[in-house]
Amino acid sequence: MSRSRRIKLQVFRATVFLLVGAFFLLPIGAMFEFSTRGNSVTSPRTVEAWTNILQAPDLTKAITASLELAVITSVGMLVLLLPTMVWVRLRLPQVHRIVEFLCLLPLTIPAIALVVGVAPIYHWIEINVTDSILILSFVYLIIVLPYSYRALDAGLAAIDIKTLSEAARSLGAGWGTVMFRVIVPNMSTALLNACLLSVAVVLGEFTFAQLLYFVNLQVAISYVGLTSAGTSIAVSLASLIFAFTLLMVLSFFGRPRERVARAEENLPGTESRVLPLRSSFIGVPDK
Amino acid sequence: MTSAGDPAVNTAARPEGGGRRLPLPWLGVAPFLLYVGLFLLLPTAIITYGSFTTKQGSPTLSNIAGINQDFLINAFVKSTTISVASALLGAIFGAMLAYAVATGNPRGVFRRIVTSMSGVLAQFGGVTLAFAFIATIGNVGFVTLFLQSHGIDIYANGAPLYQVSGLIVVYSYFQIPLMLLVFLPAVDGIRPQWREATESLGGSTWHYWRYVAGPLLAPAFLGCTLLLFANAFSAYATAAALITQGGIIVPLQISNLFTSETGRSQPGLAKALALAMILIVMIVVVLYTLLQRRTSRWLK
Repeated sequence: MSRSRRIKLQVFRATVFLLVGAFFLLPIGAMFEFSTRGNSVTSPRTVEAWTNILQAPDLTKAITASLELAVITSVGMLVLLLPTMVWVRLRLPQVHRIVEFLCLLPLTIPAIALVVGVAPIYHWIEINVTDSILILSFVYLIIVLPYSYRALDAGLAAIDIKTLSEAARSLGAGWGTVMFRVIVPNMSTALLNACLLSVAVVLGEFTFAQLLYFVNLQVAISYVGLTSAGTSIAVSLASLIFAFTLLMVLSFFGRPRERVARAEENLPGTESRVLPLRSSFIGVPDK
Repeated sequence: MTSAGDPAVNTAARPEGGGRRLPLPWLGVAPFLLYVGLFLLLPTAIITYGSFTTKQGSPTLSNIAGINQDFLINAFVKSTTISVASALLGAIFGAMLAYAVATGNPRGVFRRIVTSMSGVLAQFGGVTLAFAFIATIGNVGFVTLFLQSHGIDIYANGAPLYQVSGLIVVYSYFQIPLMLLVFLPAVDGIRPQWREATESLGGSTWHYWRYVAGPLLAPAFLGCTLLLFANAFSAYATAAALITQGGIIVPLQISNLFTSETGRSQPGLAKALALAMILIVMIVVVLYTLLQRRTSRWLK
């Protein structure tokens, strides 16, 4: 590479990073500034907006509900999806395409459209079963499917589950033992990824909760915003920082597994279509 | 794992045991199919059925025809404008960012930071994103006040944040990181040798981009732009949090027609709009998938 071109490239890179960096850091800085404002222009900085988060009973109730939803959805996702995917790989490879298609299908159905279709079903559940906010996890399980599927698929592709399960079965293990003592421990990172992605999606969900008249975290933030912009911006910043932490944990745990997957890519018996972990998060449910 | 031959291997390895416990291997996928059928396929069927029937259940085309009203056509135009503009902005800046990242150290801290941050920010949307921009360019936002104290009033011609132009800027906040995530693999796939080959044949930088890198990246770029379009087109929460009155884009109109508490809700029309959205997003995502498949042919 010639010297002048190298300099040009470095100037280009620096310009792009500065411009894009400014665009992305400015709103985050502005949130921090806004949430520490005093009551008037001249009053000193205050953390009142932040302490108000804990004092708003509706908000804490909504945070609890959203965390419960996140846990229920993650557990439900694992219980429903993992055995199905393992079973399909071992016994029913002919339906692999169908399962994959169904899992990725929610990406093509906007949340605002799907909610119109699930509303009658929710209406029925609310009348006949329960009207607890926790029933939102039924539909949340659907919207986390694409992300969980990709994370679990990458995990399953990285281990040779056929050999593992046949070895376990030939030693007398039942299907339960195969699941919990052979497959699960071998793909713990993928399970963690799938769960963290589900948690992130559920905590950020707004559309279904709002239009089905439930108050989850995001709906509560939007209500707080009607009375106190400072507090709602403080909660928004807090939830962004929480998401950052969550996904940093993900990429931290994700890296070693990714390397293993890549190293095994060319071994016989493993699939080569291992997705890089971050691509599990492509396509976004609730904007 | 190929599908051919697997059943044979299975029966050879486990002649009796598995078969006796679960006589039908299909039972293993039944819970999943049932669940997806109930909460994904049934709702889709409800939308489709409701689009073509009246409240009483007799077949009609009036819901579909109802889309042809000024305020809804207007919403479609605005939705498309916002989606196209934010997809193009996101694609251009995201692609430049991807190139800047790809030309750096592949194992560097910098690259790791940018990709991890993008992972979070591509997911950052909805209410929290709306408030981030209210804090920035809302009527008492940080930037608004800063510019006002320097004699520039961005609110002189109405509130930009709550209009089409504002939504384009806000949407770019999740479009650019998403572009980086989906486009980076294609940029990474470009080999330095191709550039050297161009140069050894006497080609300039322009020739390289025009005849080598450009045509190679074009399908990926186009595909990713389509994905960004679908992403913006289906976005609801951000706009709903920013714009509480009236519905300038299709998702807001669906929400209005669906929930109107004054008894003027039109569920049939809401379903027809939902169906139209699903069809548009589905077509775009299918095109994206086809273009991605084309890219992955030379990527490996």
